[in-house]
Amino acid sequence: MPILDVQHIEKHFGATRVLEDISFSLDQGQALAIIGSSGSGKTTLLRCLNFLEKPDQGRILVNGEKLFDADDPATHREEEVRKKRLHFGLVFQSFNLFPQYTALQNVTLAKELLSQERPDFKQNKKAILEEIREEGLSLLAKMGLSDRAGHYPHQLSGGQQQRVAIARALALSPDILCFDEPTSALDPELTGEVLRVIRGLAEQNTTMIIVTHEMAFARDVADQVIFMDSGVIVEQGPAREVIEHPTQERTRQFLARYAEQ
Amino acid sequence: MLLSVSLTLLEGLVVTLELFALTLLFALPLGLIISFGSMSRCAPLRAGVKTIVWIVRGTPLMLQIMIVFYGPGLMFGLPLLPRFTAAVVTFVINYACYFSEIFRGGIQGVPVGQREAGLVLGMTRSQIFFKVTLLQVIKRIVPPLGNEFITLVKDTALVRVISVYEIIWMGESYIKKGMIWPLFYTAVFYLAISGILTLLLGWCEKKMDYFK
Repeated sequence: MPILDVQHIEKHFGATRVLEDISFSLDQGQALAIIGSSGSGKTTLLRCLNFLEKPDQGRILVNGEKLFDADDPATHREEEVRKKRLHFGLVFQSFNLFPQYTALQNVTLAKELLSQERPDFKQNKKAILEEIREEGLSLLAKMGLSDRAGHYPHQLSGGQQQRVAIARALALSPDILCFDEPTSALDPELTGEVLRVIRGLAEQNTTMIIVTHEMAFARDVADQVIFMDSGVIVEQGPAREVIEHPTQERTRQFLARYAEQ
Repeated sequence: MLLSVSLTLLEGLVVTLELFALTLLFALPLGLIISFGSMSRCAPLRAGVKTIVWIVRGTPLMLQIMIVFYGPGLMFGLPLLPRFTAAVVTFVINYACYFSEIFRGGIQGVPVGQREAGLVLGMTRSQIFFKVTLLQVIKRIVPPLGNEFITLVKDTALVRVISVYEIIWMGESYIKKGMIWPLFYTAVFYLAISGILTLLLGWCEKKMDYFK
């Protein structure tokens, strides 16, 4: 059974159809790259998976559990959506770190708040918070940021901020980690450090969906690739195949434009 | 002489400060509520609130003081409000409208991405407001609020039009005795208060300097 099963997702903004009959599935431990030009609907699709946008049609299943069904209002309730979101993590293009918290606090905040819902929180408060802190520190270490734990976001470079954001998303151990153009807001010399971290996660079989404009990276790191254009999936398949031997004319044109640059 | 004048003016200063403090106490929360109204998704409510804010900000405060104090009696034959109460009511409404615009600017100035980051991390709406947004809003609104606080200190002088005995009134009362300097001397008290406010606000801004 696939870990993620997306069925016939549709999304409109007013009269504009942004996503049309999007279906795909993803297996545990696989990395999926979504490519396509700006405005093709990639980001909207990712936002739908994270419940930041509500699809007008379709279903989203994780591990066979129906998280969202456009026809079933019971799956739209805010309190449940909040819990369901935790199946997904999202790393934003513009990082969106919380400026008033240190790198470590950014990583631990959400988990601390969630732990307050645990029945044993009052009894074991100190131990629980200490454990969350240790986990946060080890995540930052994994991102190569041990020496930056006490720094505030504005004291960090873009690449460092994005790595903190990745640690923050990982802290809640999501089933599927989503990246929305994680290097597009970075100076070219800083993209490498972020891509290396994502590559490392792929090597450890983290289930990921990566919206990206880095074709070489998509080819080398992703297992599957989806090419989107004007809100539809034009082509999907094994990464190397789609990027090196696309079967669709639109995919070929898109990739040719990239090769020119 | 200086001492006795100072003591008399201090009496007026107490009234000034009471008006100042009560206005802040009620206008700040009311302003927050009005700002929520002006950001509401309900269009008629938003339009209503914006109209009220336009009227209140678009007419002189001195006129509003007179309308609130004399209006109910002249137009509807109602008993007059006590002078000081009428002054407080007018100031609260007037300043709440100004504050609401500052709050709105501060809240809308926090990037949407902050809220979305909180949502994606499974936070509740109130957790996002208190743990993520609030401090960023406060940081944004302290400088413009400080401006309003200092304006408010001086605006309190307007209540003399309905004979509330604040500090300017007290200073002016010496003119009958042939002395003009007590009136001019009141400036020292205003300067002292705005000086203290400036220091306090500067301290607040500095406290929040650690993040951008």
